[in-house]
Amino acid sequence: MKMNGAKIMLECLKKEGVDTVFGYPGGTVINLYDALFDFKEIRHILPRHEQAGTHAADGYARATGRVGVAIATSGPGATNTVTGIATAYMDSIPMVIITGQVPTALIGNDAFQEVDIIGITRPCTKHSFLIRDVKDIALTMKKAFYIARSGRPGPVLVDFPKDVQMAQGEFHYPETVDIRGYKPNLSGHPRQVEKAMAMILDSRRPVMYVGGGAVLGDAAEPVTLLARKLSLPVTTTLMGLGSFPESDDLSLGMLGMHGAYCANMAMTHSDLIIAIGARFDDRVTGKLSTFAPHAKIIHIDVDPTSIKKNVRVDLPIVGDVKDVLTKMIQQADKSNGKISEFVAALSPWHDDISGWKEKHPLSYKQSSTIIKPQFVIQKLRELSDEDAIISTDVGQHQMWTAQFFKFNKPRTLLTSGGLGTMGFGLPSAMGAQAAFPNRQVITICGDGGIQMNIQEMATLVQNRLPVKIVILNNNFLGMVRQWQELFFDKRYSSTCMELPIDYIKLADAYGAKGFLASKPGDVESVIKQGFEEKGPVIMEFKIAREEKVLPMVPAGASLNEMVLNA
Amino acid sequence: MQHTISVIVENDFGVLSRVATLFSGRGFNIESLSVAPTNEDGLSRMTIVTRGDAQILEQINKQLNKLIDVLKVLDFSDGSAIERELALIKVSAEDDARAEVLRVVDIFRAKIIDVTPKSYTIEATGNPLKIDAILDLLRPLGLKEVVRTGSVAIGRGAKGWNG
Repeated sequence: MKMNGAKIMLECLKKEGVDTVFGYPGGTVINLYDALFDFKEIRHILPRHEQAGTHAADGYARATGRVGVAIATSGPGATNTVTGIATAYMDSIPMVIITGQVPTALIGNDAFQEVDIIGITRPCTKHSFLIRDVKDIALTMKKAFYIARSGRPGPVLVDFPKDVQMAQGEFHYPETVDIRGYKPNLSGHPRQVEKAMAMILDSRRPVMYVGGGAVLGDAAEPVTLLARKLSLPVTTTLMGLGSFPESDDLSLGMLGMHGAYCANMAMTHSDLIIAIGARFDDRVTGKLSTFAPHAKIIHIDVDPTSIKKNVRVDLPIVGDVKDVLTKMIQQADKSNGKISEFVAALSPWHDDISGWKEKHPLSYKQSSTIIKPQFVIQKLRELSDEDAIISTDVGQHQMWTAQFFKFNKPRTLLTSGGLGTMGFGLPSAMGAQAAFPNRQVITICGDGGIQMNIQEMATLVQNRLPVKIVILNNNFLGMVRQWQELFFDKRYSSTCMELPIDYIKLADAYGAKGFLASKPGDVESVIKQGFEEKGPVIMEFKIAREEKVLPMVPAGASLNEMVLNA
Repeated sequence: MQHTISVIVENDFGVLSRVATLFSGRGFNIESLSVAPTNEDGLSRMTIVTRGDAQILEQINKQLNKLIDVLKVLDFSDGSAIERELALIKVSAEDDARAEVLRVVDIFRAKIIDVTPKSYTIEATGNPLKIDAILDLLRPLGLKEVVRTGSVAIGRGAKGWNG
């Protein structure tokens, strides 16, 4: 049966199991939107800005593990997606972004709303395609989805000119796809796994250092099994939170710049780091020359470029983390005889770790007059559902969430770790809520970032997406203010948000509910009221204005040189 | 240290800019780059001469391999390849210098491909070091224009790049 290119595109999305797309119409996607009008199998959600639409597709992907799909028109629609694409790229999120393009005959002519979006996004996409012929749509989409979700996932952009959308063609979706230049190595080498187990059994101060790859690779279960089997302490990166339950005694919490003291001390004193889907980012390692000076490093990652990029590695294992960890558990089963002896030998190491945990636990000074942000986070954990999905914006509130929420399950924290994108919180929560209408979805934001995509309140209300928006309001761009306080002599250059905003009225303007807490006694009741509401709500907390995120490893310092009180 | 890498790529729209963007975005250096189609349908081959220590070279190899359009990266850093470059050289040649240019051309087994009363244009091929050497000898006579292709490289022995 013949159909136009726009319809073929939608049939492709259906074949890929896409049930929801986030998109914004415009001149060069009008044909696609015309086809969408009758296409009932796909739910279309209209954000109020293409950046937010892209973050929503990203949030959908992070929460579900499936490929998120965003649509934008050519020119400004396409350029508005760039921040969303770069955010997804830095955190390896599987996404397909479909952008309209001017008709092929006009490409390169500076036509109205023409932009070379493939050129613009080349450094922040895993791959990109320009579809030039209606015959190529199906194979291109098959490849796009395959590339986005396989190996180290990432965003793939498909530029879709208007004349190709209008052209008639047959729809045949390929069953399989073979890309000769793209063969991700998923299976960990058994010899490397054997060596890894031998190195672990030889170690006396081992640490598992778990990153976002464990979440993306659905490896939380084998991470937990291996850690418990061998009694290995586990620290996670920001992106790795949820891959190992923080309620477990073996958990050290998050490491790095704002990580727990015990986690950073454990890394510094370790004799063996088992890195799992983590990439030794500068926020994690601190000063490289003094990072983990006594440790051998085993590095497990599906992406060979992550290995030996920043630090030396003694044993690389390229492969899907779930596959490699499963093999390591099997290997451990074979070495069963040695395990109890190994675990017993770890007891001085566990004692050291307990000592560090006791010496400087994550803490804050409670107040009876003013709301402490950490207290709000703790109350949110206490009062929210066990499987609640939390998204954050970027800044102090993000770090307080990472420190105090205590994540126990994978895919329950959606946060922009690599790019650090302000404005991510609300739209990503929107995407997660669209995927899971019956789960509690909470976005925790500051008063800076919430303004960057506040227009999405309209999308929430219109689509009955009951996201609970938490604003920790200190009338500051708090993280930058904190740096100015500590390193720039309290010269608060452009970090004070001088105009107070009435968020309750703002919620009302969008047809949502708003609640305000100004003193510690209000916190619990505001959270309860907010959670009881059926629709989207804003819960604003007026917090201690100059509260800092601590501990902190200053930029360029070693991990063990943490500022604990300042 | 200088390294020569051959990259087998899909002859696709934008592949050159993907490789170039990778080098510029990650701060890798390109000393020379040449690219042309191969005998196999739809494939092109790039030869890139780059600089860096062993760790940088490893990252370059891995990052190139990560590009979807790249089928194979051949690292010739171990000297396992034959390298050739072609240069077209326009040199001033008047009076006594005309004979000197011809002597140099003869010694280097180069060719004169254009001649005027005031100049010769020379075609020289060889290892890049040989091209450097002929240029060094011709420079005092007055180089007017030099065009170099950049290195191309092929592995030694009976096997092709894919067996």
